Amino acid sequence: MKPSRLAECGNWVLDRFPVTKFWNDHMAHYYAPKNFNIWYFFGSLALLVLVNQILTGILLTMNYKPDAKLAFDSVEYIMRDVPWGWLVRYMHSTGASAFFIVIYLHMFRALLYGSFKHPRELIWIFGMLLFVALMAEAFMGYLLPWGQMSFWGAQVIISLFSAIPVIGDDLSLWIRGDYVIADATLNRFFAFHVIAVPLVLVMLVFMHLVALHEVGSNNPDGIEIKASKDPWGHPVDGIPFHPYYTVKDLVGVGVFLLFFATVIFYMPEMGGYFLEHANFIPADPMKTPEHIAPVWYFTPFYSILRAIPDKFAGVIGMGGSIVVLFLMPWLDRCKVKSIRYRGGIFKKALFLFVISFLALGYLGTQPVTPLATTMARLFTTIYFGFFLLMPIYTRWEKTKLVPRRLTKVKSIEDQLHEIEEQIPALLEEITEVKPAITEIGHPAFKGTFFSRRPNPKGIAHVLSRVVTNLKRSLD
Amino acid sequence: MNNKGVDKSKRQFLTSALTVVGAVGSGYLAVPFLAQMQPSVKAMAAGAPVEVDISKIEDGQLIRVAWRGKPVWVLNRQPEVLATLKTLDSELRDPQSNDSIQPPSSKNAVRSQRPEIFVAVGLCTHLGCSPTFRPEIAPVDLGDKWQGGFFCPCHGSWFDLAGRVYRGVPAPSNLEIPPYRFITDTRIMIGESSEEKSA
Repeated sequence: MKPSRLAECGNWVLDRFPVTKFWNDHMAHYYAPKNFNIWYFFGSLALLVLVNQILTGILLTMNYKPDAKLAFDSVEYIMRDVPWGWLVRYMHSTGASAFFIVIYLHMFRALLYGSFKHPRELIWIFGMLLFVALMAEAFMGYLLPWGQMSFWGAQVIISLFSAIPVIGDDLSLWIRGDYVIADATLNRFFAFHVIAVPLVLVMLVFMHLVALHEVGSNNPDGIEIKASKDPWGHPVDGIPFHPYYTVKDLVGVGVFLLFFATVIFYMPEMGGYFLEHANFIPADPMKTPEHIAPVWYFTPFYSILRAIPDKFAGVIGMGGSIVVLFLMPWLDRCKVKSIRYRGGIFKKALFLFVISFLALGYLGTQPVTPLATTMARLFTTIYFGFFLLMPIYTRWEKTKLVPRRLTKVKSIEDQLHEIEEQIPALLEEITEVKPAITEIGHPAFKGTFFSRRPNPKGIAHVLSRVVTNLKRSLD
Repeated sequence: MNNKGVDKSKRQFLTSALTVVGAVGSGYLAVPFLAQMQPSVKAMAAGAPVEVDISKIEDGQLIRVAWRGKPVWVLNRQPEVLATLKTLDSELRDPQSNDSIQPPSSKNAVRSQRPEIFVAVGLCTHLGCSPTFRPEIAPVDLGDKWQGGFFCPCHGSWFDLAGRVYRGVPAPSNLEIPPYRFITDTRIMIGESSEEKSA
C-alpha cells in the first residue's frame, strides 16, 4: 500500500529531525523501576512549577517597572488594575514557595534512598547547582516588589559578600552598582531574575535529566534494575516511563494543584510566610523594620548565620551549610543506598538532621533572644555533625541484606485491612470490665449490667509495644 | 608534499598559540563586561555633603538624615548617658575604637567632637541593617544588662550610645562615624571633615 500524503510529510520531517527517537529514548522506551512511591512525584512537580514560574513571570514583566520610583506602585497596579493581574502575581509568589517545598522534599527523597550515591553523583551535583541557582533566582526576585523586606533582605544578603577578606567591599559594591541598595541594584536584579538565571536553570534541568536518563533512576529499594534484564534487554523490574509514570505523575499533579489553588485563592500570604507583612510598605532606606526575617525557605541557613557570633565565620558557616551538601556522595561511606536496608545509626542521624533543619527554619523566623541563640547553636552543631561525622558513622554501619530484585510492598488497602482486623483485640486490651452493677435506682433498668472502662495497665502495654516496634524499625 | 606523514607538532603549536590569543582576547572583552556593573559616574557623583540644623533637637532626641543614601543619626546625649558610657568598657569589643572607622576628631571615649552631640552612620557593621534606637534602661525584651543603646533587630548586635559594639554579638566593629564639622553651634555639615577645613 502506498503511504498516505500525511505519513509521507511526517517521514520527511522525521528524516531530518528525529523527534520520535527523542520521545522513545526519554519517555516511551525509558525504563523506570516499577516500585516508585509517593516520594517520586516531586521531580515532575518541580518541572511543573518551573513552567508555572516562567509563564506567570513573562506575564508579570508586561506590567512591572524595574525602577526604584515605580516598582512598588507597579506591583500594586498589577494587583488592582490589571485584569486577572492578582491571579498571575499570586501564582508567581505562591509558586516560589511551592518550588522550595517541592525541591526540599525531592532532596530529602535522595537522602532517604541514597539517590546521590554511585553512579548518580553528577545527578546530585547538577541538582545542587540547580538548588543554588534557584536560591539566587528567588533572592533576586524578592527585591523586585521594592518593599521594606525586599530592601533590607537584599541589604543583608549583599553585605554577606563584604565579609570576605580583602576583596569583600569592592565585590559588594560591584554587585550593588551603588554604595547602597538603589535603582541600579533593582535594575540589574531584574535582568538577572528574568533572563540570566532562568537560562541557567533551564540548562541545568536539561543536564540533570540527561545525566539521570544515562544511568537510570534509583528506587526505594536502592538497587540497580539494569542488573537483571529480560531476553529483550529490558530491565525486568522496569516499566516504560510513558505511559505508566506520565499517568501516575498526572495524579500527583492533580493533588498538588489542589493544594496550590487553595493557597492562591484562600491564603496567598500564608500568614506572612509566603508574602511578608513588612513588604506591603514601600522600601525605606532610613529605617529597618522592627523584625526582619527572610522568606521561610532561607530561614534554616539564616539561623546558622545568626548563631555564629563572628561576621566572617558566620558567612563561612552559612556558605558551608550548603557546600557540605555537595559533598554528600563522598561523605557517605556506606555501600547500601536505601534507608530500608541501612543501619540504625544512619536512620537516627537522618532523623536528628531533619529535626535540626526544621528547628533552624523555625528559629530563623523568630526574633533574636538569648534562648533562641543557644538553641540555634545547638541545632547548627547537629546540622554540621550529621555531615562531618558521616564518614565515621557510616563506615561501620550494620546494614541489612539488600535483595537482588525489587520487593513488593503491602498496598495501603492491605495495611488498612490488617489494622482493621486488630482493632477488636486492641480494644479488649486497653479496656477492662467494670464490676457488674446489679441494682440501679430506676425500675425500668432491672437486671445486671456490664460495661467497660479504660485500663491503664493495658494502655501502658500497648504504648510500650508501639515504642519497641518503633525502636526496632530504626535499628 | 612530503612523504613523512602529518607534521603534528606544527598543528599542536598553532592550536596552542590560537588558544592563548583567544584567551587573552576573551580576558580583554571581560573587562568592559564586568566593569559596566561598577557604580556609574552618576552614582559616584551623588555623594554631596548634607547640612543639618540641630537647633531644634531636644534632650535625648535622635534625628535621622540621609547622606549618600544611608541613614545618618544625630543624637543629643544627656550628662547621665555620658556618665554611663564610662562604665561599659569591660563589656565592649573595641572601647578605644582602634579597629573602627571614624575621623581622628571622633576617636575618643565618647566618639564625637562635642560629647553631647553624637553623629554616626546608622548601619550595623555586621550586615548593614539599621539598628533601633533603644535609650531606655533594662527593658523587658533586652534584659537587665541593657544600659541604653542601639539594638540591631536583624542579628541581635548590641551597641552603646557611643555606637561601640558589645562583646559576643555578630557585629565586628563599632558603628562608623562619618566625617562632619560644625558650621555654627547649631548647624552641622555631614560629609566634610573638620580636619580638611582646618588644614
